[in-house]
Amino acid sequence: MSVVIFLIFAIVAVVCGINVVVQTHPISSAVSLVGVMGSLAILYLLLGAEFLAAAQVIVYAGAIMVLFVFVIMLLNAGAEAKRGRSFMVQLLGVPLLMALLGLLAYFVQRLYPPATAVHFGGFTHGTAQDVGRALFTTYVLPFEVTSILILIAIVGAIVLARKELE
Amino acid sequence: MMNEVPISWFLTLSAVLFALGVAGFLFRRNIITVFMSIELMLNAVNLSFITFSYQLNQVNGHLFAFFVMVVAAAEAAVGLAIILTVFKNRGTLNIDDVNSMKN
Repeated sequence: MSVVIFLIFAIVAVVCGINVVVQTHPISSAVSLVGVMGSLAILYLLLGAEFLAAAQVIVYAGAIMVLFVFVIMLLNAGAEAKRGRSFMVQLLGVPLLMALLGLLAYFVQRLYPPATAVHFGGFTHGTAQDVGRALFTTYVLPFEVTSILILIAIVGAIVLARKELE
Repeated sequence: MMNEVPISWFLTLSAVLFALGVAGFLFRRNIITVFMSIELMLNAVNLSFITFSYQLNQVNGHLFAFFVMVVAAAEAAVGLAIILTVFKNRGTLNIDDVNSMKN
């Protein structure tokens, strides 16, 4: 059962990921990216990360992607212009990327033989309680630093977006 | 046997999504799509963190993924504000046209 769920959502994630890259219109890419994030949330649940699955849907698929779609519509971004790329890039780009992917997959398979397996319910320490306890004890300093980072980001975003045309 | 997914499958999926993000980052010309490819790469890394967390039976990987999410949110806010400013000043979203630092 876990294998079936994994395969379904892994295929959805990869197809949506390919769609993000090949679609020419930014809105299509954004909607495909929401598909990737939703299927990744299901895989997080399979891995026992229930808090992060909820955060993925709320923060990523909700907040961040709404921001993206809002900016795309605000700028009225049309389809991408036909790209004139050098012959070398067209010839070597995809094979080199495949080589990178093949190497990554090869080392992953070598380092992690199928002995370690994931099944639903095999990890139960991903609840909001466990994550919250770790966040406010072990990781309390990074948490505070993060709050300052977000404050800086808010101020920076307002200053940048308000800047008038010279 | 059908009930257990090898852990390497998750890591391979993460590698595939990361490679797709790299492809989008390198091949696309629209600045917003390039930005979305970065988000795709961050998501792929999050999946790796959570998979390792499962394997080591610790919650630490979840915290890392959580902080990556927070940084991604901050990055999206600032990055999209920069994109807005670039579009206001230059009237284009094509990254090939934003090349004043080249000269």
